[in-house]
Amino acid sequence: MTAAAPTVRLVDAAVRFGERTLWESLDLTVARGEFLAVLGPNGAGKSTLLRVLLGLERLSAGSAEVLGRPPRRGNASVGYVPQQRAFDRELPLRGRDLVRLGLDGHRWGLPLPSAHARARVDNALEEVGATDYADGPIGLLSGGEQQRLGIAQALLHDPQLLLCDEPLLNLDLRHQREVARLISRRQRDAETAVIFVTHEVNPILSMVDRILVLVGGRWALGRPEEVLTTETMSELYQSAVDVLRVRGRVVVVGAPEDSPNVGHDEHSDFTEPLPPYRA
Amino acid sequence: MIATSLTSLLGEQFVQNALVAGAIVAVVAGVVGPFVVVRNMAFAVHGIAELGFTGAAGALLIGIDPILGLMAGSLAVAGLIGGLGVRGRERDSVIGVILAFGLGLGVLFITLYDKYATGAFSLLFGTITGVSQGQLLLLAGCGAGVLIGLGMIYRPLLFASVDPDVAEARGVPVRLLSIGFLVLMALAEAEAIQVVGVLLVLSLVIAPAAAAGHLTANPGTTLLLSVAIALLASIGGILLALVTPYPVSVFTTSISFACYLLARLFGGRLRTSSAPRAQAPGASALSEATLGPNA
Repeated sequence: MTAAAPTVRLVDAAVRFGERTLWESLDLTVARGEFLAVLGPNGAGKSTLLRVLLGLERLSAGSAEVLGRPPRRGNASVGYVPQQRAFDRELPLRGRDLVRLGLDGHRWGLPLPSAHARARVDNALEEVGATDYADGPIGLLSGGEQQRLGIAQALLHDPQLLLCDEPLLNLDLRHQREVARLISRRQRDAETAVIFVTHEVNPILSMVDRILVLVGGRWALGRPEEVLTTETMSELYQSAVDVLRVRGRVVVVGAPEDSPNVGHDEHSDFTEPLPPYRA
Repeated sequence: MIATSLTSLLGEQFVQNALVAGAIVAVVAGVVGPFVVVRNMAFAVHGIAELGFTGAAGALLIGIDPILGLMAGSLAVAGLIGGLGVRGRERDSVIGVILAFGLGLGVLFITLYDKYATGAFSLLFGTITGVSQGQLLLLAGCGAGVLIGLGMIYRPLLFASVDPDVAEARGVPVRLLSIGFLVLMALAEAEAIQVVGVLLVLSLVIAPAAAAGHLTANPGTTLLLSVAIALLASIGGILLALVTPYPVSVFTTSISFACYLLARLFGGRLRTSSAPRAQAPGASALSEATLGPNA
């Protein structure tokens, strides 16, 4: 029965590209309604983990299950929120059109007007507080507004698993908080499991149940206070790393330059600025 | 004087054929255009058109209908670009490379062809007034095929064009749609070339869609406006050419350029005014200039 199965289960999973191993021997179970943050430097295979669960990438070894079945492309029970897209100012698309694509954009044929579809889109817009700007050109909206629409789009088909790939990237602090809050609310209200890939753990630290850190083929998994420690992080990075807690924030000092900036914010003097993502 | 000569001309079979052909081409180009603009493929349109010319020259050389050569050339290039599966900047380089070589081949074909190559040269600038009954049928058949094809893939194509990462995550066959669209685009171009010619095909495929994009952000309305502008340029061009000594393409390109210019100058206000928005906390990112009168 799928109801009893965990939302995600990876057993002894590995992904290799040629000679290079992204991660291996990964055992991971994500329960219904759980919030898992995935941290790690660029190229550690964080996004690849999401692609495996989306059925877009195959494991090199081990097994993966989503809701009790092998991952498959186009699974409507899985929602996906990427980092903020770069919509052209001239793109002929309104906010509500983007959200509507989440409902039936994957189906063949023309988008015929339907009162039912309109009501569902209106409802989804209302839920993320995007009603006011849903009829404007999407390219003129701010990053935070676009991300709200992205979340409405992903929630429209009522997923049981929400995969988020750096959804807070390029947003200012206030919008980071608002977007994180929307995702967390969904997780609590509908018991949707969330896997949240991020460079920056602090905006979501209070919402996270467990953290998975991927570094150079190694990984650590556990509650934030278990994983974000000087011992665990030093072992992962195989060099001397200090994890400090400053005013309720976690700051990692001494990790190599491309490390996860778990402690970066604009008030912090401890860490390097964010490296460009997937430059 | 002009009115009477126009009325009598409109009774002529060749004029009626031209108008019907112009309408078919405009509708097809107008529907394909917005996708071309959204997918950033203006250069691909240009490349496919010029290589259609090479196909037509090759057809002349071996003694078959240049229109068949035109379609074969366009489709071959579309297949090549799609098959290589390149995106963005790399795609433009690939098109540039193929384009240069293809044009060289075209020159060779024309040189080898010992008769005066009117057929090939007229394809460069269009020959709407010479459309026969049989060509009209071919045109209508191809046009219907392109429209039906686009209608079938409309939703996933829009998804894949504006939001490719999420579309892929939702199981949309992004790569396959890209090839399918290239093929439909090549067919639409082979049609448009017969009216405006190889060199001016952008004026029916790109300009109307680009103009429409400045007038509205609603994708459905964009499509309708694009078709309307393409029709205006095509039919208007034919009618003006009938009463003046100048060729069709001069007027067609001028009309579509004027539409683009007007839309660009005055469209911004129209485009954003469809979005009455309260000054919500999130509104601060919009600059004054883009808010429109209702904000």
